[in-house]
Amino acid sequence: MKLSAYDRIFKPKQYVLESGRTVQERRSRLPLVLVILIIATVVAGEVTGFSFSTLVRRISFFFVMLRDMVPPDWSYMPRVWQPLMDTIKMSLLGSFIGAVLCIPFSVVCASNLVKNRFITGFFKLFYSVVRTLPTLVIALIATYIFGLGTFAGTVAIAVFTFAYCGKILYEQIETADMGSHEALEALGVGRLSAIRYAIWPQVLPQFISTVLFCFEGNVRYASILGYVGAGGLGLILNERIGWMEYARVGMILLALFVTVIIIESISSYFRSKLT
Amino acid sequence: METRLTYAETLSKEPKRWITTLVIVLAGLILFSWSASALQSNSTGGSGLSVAKGIIIGILHPTPSLLLTLGSGGVPYLLFETIAIAFLGTLVGAVLALPFAFLGASNIVPRPVALVVRLAVMAVRTIPAFVYGLMFIMVTGPGAFAGLLTMSTCSIGMLSKMFTESIEELDRGILESLDAAGCNTFDKIRYGILPQLMPSFSSTLIYRFDMNLRDASVLGLVGAGGIGAPLMFAMNSYRWNDVGAILLGLIILVLIVEWISSKLRTKLMKGE
Repeated sequence: MKLSAYDRIFKPKQYVLESGRTVQERRSRLPLVLVILIIATVVAGEVTGFSFSTLVRRISFFFVMLRDMVPPDWSYMPRVWQPLMDTIKMSLLGSFIGAVLCIPFSVVCASNLVKNRFITGFFKLFYSVVRTLPTLVIALIATYIFGLGTFAGTVAIAVFTFAYCGKILYEQIETADMGSHEALEALGVGRLSAIRYAIWPQVLPQFISTVLFCFEGNVRYASILGYVGAGGLGLILNERIGWMEYARVGMILLALFVTVIIIESISSYFRSKLT
Repeated sequence: METRLTYAETLSKEPKRWITTLVIVLAGLILFSWSASALQSNSTGGSGLSVAKGIIIGILHPTPSLLLTLGSGGVPYLLFETIAIAFLGTLVGAVLALPFAFLGASNIVPRPVALVVRLAVMAVRTIPAFVYGLMFIMVTGPGAFAGLLTMSTCSIGMLSKMFTESIEELDRGILESLDAAGCNTFDKIRYGILPQLMPSFSSTLIYRFDMNLRDASVLGLVGAGGIGAPLMFAMNSYRWNDVGAILLGLIILVLIVEWISSKLRTKLMKGE
């Protein structure tokens, strides 16, 4: 049995079996993990100024805004429609563009299709870096370049979808069964056709399901983007909060809630069909 | 007696899928053109390219002084604060998510109750992060504490969903055999339930910590501490070199944490 540093300090437990053999049980790592967690919690609590007493004393203020949101201002609904549709369109188009764009990049990333370690590594790093860029930052930069409006939001969503779906797609391609691909190549089929007929059908259902899942999340996320001026629900949401018209805020959130439920049920129906 | 088909005949007997394909493609095209109608922007007057160039050049030349100062305004300290917010946010979020998770699991509570709880979780998830941020600032005042609470509230949705999934996958057979061996309730929880839940729970938590670190920039919008606030501030005042420094720090941190977290999670999955 290989002993790690931890096992050398805390010796494994020895058992003598009836047959005379001895077996060892490694000591649990739990105490070590707990100690690390407790230290981290205390340090983080100090840094962030976490205080239970403030929380208990003032938590009622949390509900001030929420209370004003009920009942929602129904008469405001006609003016929610347009931004709501904008949000849905933004996420639909953004998801679509991102999903289509990520296909060639993912193929280049997959180490079973491209043998050059340098190329796959480079594009994987590229995906990782794009994924770490916060969506809001992309949206804000997009508004500087493309001007305020839904176009900037669409770009931000497309970039996010590109990075998210792309990573999952290349992982799927890497775990795909290579047998039929090899067979096609042996028959003299070109590289692209081999990918098209052997790999693509394997990953397609899962890929579409991933894109749908991403789309669900994007609808919710698109509502934040308006905060930086990238169009959609966030724009009026931010405006109404600024005017402290919480009943209207409540209406916007209710509309978003219902939309998200509808979209999630449609998309999860299709996803269950796909897998 | 069936006769052997020639290859051409086999091909011609291939199921005709083109109608389904056509319908899907048409639906996709219609949705695409419908959503394309939303594309509008207040044009910047054709200066977009030069603006983009300026931004990219700025970001690629990060301010070195900002990256290397260890004081409370420098990137290292801000990142440290962000880690602290994300860590405690995940922890508090987990505590808040546990009741939702158990009440939403259909093998523990009756189905209607589970559905209602899940609907409630969806409602919690619908409210955007910055709205929560504003609510919590009323409670604690601006600062890292508000950011932490916002983060934990935003984590509830995903955490409780993943927790519920692993609770619903609990293997009842183990509990039954423990029963048969004469274990009491405490033993059953300790040896039957905890070992089944711990790996998936901790894996979920590590993943969520990873995500929270990424989402930290959202908090900056409402002045709720961490690296987000200086980032948004620098962007709004067009200090692209500072933006570059902060983004560089954030990207490096997230890449390191992602690497560690995926290592840990594969270990957990293998059950080591």
